[in-house]
Amino acid sequence: MQLLGKHLSKSILTLIMGAVSIVFLIPLIWMVSAAFKFEKDVMRFPIQWIPDNINFMYNFKAVWMGRVPFYDFYFNSLKVAIITTVLTLVISSMSAYALTKLHFRGRNLIFLALLSFMIIPDQATLIPRFLIIRWLGLYDTHAAIILMSMFSIYFTFLLRQFMMDISDEYLEAARIDGAGHLRSFASIMLPLCKPVLATVAIIKFIWTWNDYQNPLIFLMSKELYTIPLGITLFRDDYTNNYAIMMMAALSAIIPLLAVFIIMQKQVINGIALGGVKG
Amino acid sequence: MEAVKNMAAAVPETGKRKFWTPKRKEALVGWLFLAPEIIGMLLLNVFALGFSLYLSFSKWDMLSGVSGIEWIGLGNYAELFRDPAVLEALKNNLLYTVMTVPIPIAIALVLAVIINNSVFLKSYFKVVFFIPYISSIIAIAAVWSALLHPSLGPVNQFLLQLGIDSPPKWLVDPDTSLLSIAIISTWASLGYTIIIYTAGLTNISSEIYEAADIDGATPLRKFLRITVPLLRPTTFFLLITMLIGSFKVFDIISYLTEGGPNNSSTVLVYRIYEEGFSNYDMGYASAISWLLFAIIGVITAATWKMRNEEA
Repeated sequence: MQLLGKHLSKSILTLIMGAVSIVFLIPLIWMVSAAFKFEKDVMRFPIQWIPDNINFMYNFKAVWMGRVPFYDFYFNSLKVAIITTVLTLVISSMSAYALTKLHFRGRNLIFLALLSFMIIPDQATLIPRFLIIRWLGLYDTHAAIILMSMFSIYFTFLLRQFMMDISDEYLEAARIDGAGHLRSFASIMLPLCKPVLATVAIIKFIWTWNDYQNPLIFLMSKELYTIPLGITLFRDDYTNNYAIMMMAALSAIIPLLAVFIIMQKQVINGIALGGVKG
Repeated sequence: MEAVKNMAAAVPETGKRKFWTPKRKEALVGWLFLAPEIIGMLLLNVFALGFSLYLSFSKWDMLSGVSGIEWIGLGNYAELFRDPAVLEALKNNLLYTVMTVPIPIAIALVLAVIINNSVFLKSYFKVVFFIPYISSIIAIAAVWSALLHPSLGPVNQFLLQLGIDSPPKWLVDPDTSLLSIAIISTWASLGYTIIIYTAGLTNISSEIYEAADIDGATPLRKFLRITVPLLRPTTFFLLITMLIGSFKVFDIISYLTEGGPNNSSTVLVYRIYEEGFSNYDMGYASAISWLLFAIIGVITAATWKMRNEEA
């Protein structure tokens, strides 16, 4: 009887929370619905959630084959996000390996330095970063954005936490077999870290894909724009054409949503890991 | 094996001890492995911070080249506290912090407890609330700017239908622009807060709740007496992360209001951006950067102190 009551209250709460979650998602549902509409119907009230007149192809073409080269933005975002993610994985996993499995003087000092530099906000060093990029001759290149986002102390620490829990025995066995440090790292440590590397990769990819500030500051040429910056062009180019704007927003969100839904466990666990250990 | 090889290699140099002992080799490999991160850190943190400190005591428009940097002492810092835009930005940052830290933490805590203990389809709810967080904040801002359109937007149409005659003009009204931005970013980041709390909740052993059940504790009492106190470390983590985050807000403001109307939604990072990249006043922009850095430093130190005193 008590169990039944518990199930009943759980069911009721699930229903209530279900309603809450739908209300929560209304802005995104509205976005999807608007992307399918004729402009004249977008702001019509009451809202037609499932439009009578579908204008999907027109909006789709305006975004993907129109004046604003959205196709290029996609390619740029993909390029920047993939290269940045790979470099972050390499840099952070190497650092994490050195910080956990190699023993040498100065290691703890570096660890503390990294820890304390983590609190420096990117925004506080915006001006010198901009100047460094100018001096390196990288202004208005994708390399500038990649250089600015590939170092991540946060992910180094995440990987360090994980590697600390990996027993040294694996590495010692490899060393007895004659493996050098590089081989122990690449063929023993990295495969053992696969799950956490996947987590880091997805989260880093999402963050880079969504980054707005770096492209805004380091890019000038429209053909180099990434998606978030590209969306601002739609706003300027299609003033008050909300159907096309919503199609652009939808196009920006869809790939990440797909990645997230497929790999939700890794993403959520990765985010949670940062919190628990923080 | 390696040791044998090393010894063999060392033989010809009789008298000298071999330099590359395994210990030294390990140290070299260690530094090499850390080299990229250290170089990045030196360039983007150490050098950048030092250079921006130097610039903050100077007047420089960048276009005149490095030789054009002119030392003006505390001039920029004196200007900070006379500049109405910076004072407005400081005020807005504080208001924004008040709006986007305590309320979302409270909402997320309640939702996380419900999701964790009292519903079916736990992972569905986690995913749903997390969707805005993984979505591009600019795409989200684009959606909300349509929703909050002062005359045509669905939000105000809805309010009109509820009988509210003159609904707020949201982003275009100086009185509500900052509030609108706070609402949007709260909505966008709530999922993150919920995920962190649900992770914290899984660390609380169910035995404590079972013991409380035996004592006949009500759900509310369990929440206040067990859940909230035991989640303290998580709350501290969120507090510090969100406090700092609220002082770093920029993207959404840059896209939606550009700090306006009339500086009503300007913030420190937006001032840095505008002084640096619109007015090319690199010295002044650096002084604002150091103000921001100082504020974040104080917040971090204060929360750590609070945390250590608790422990």
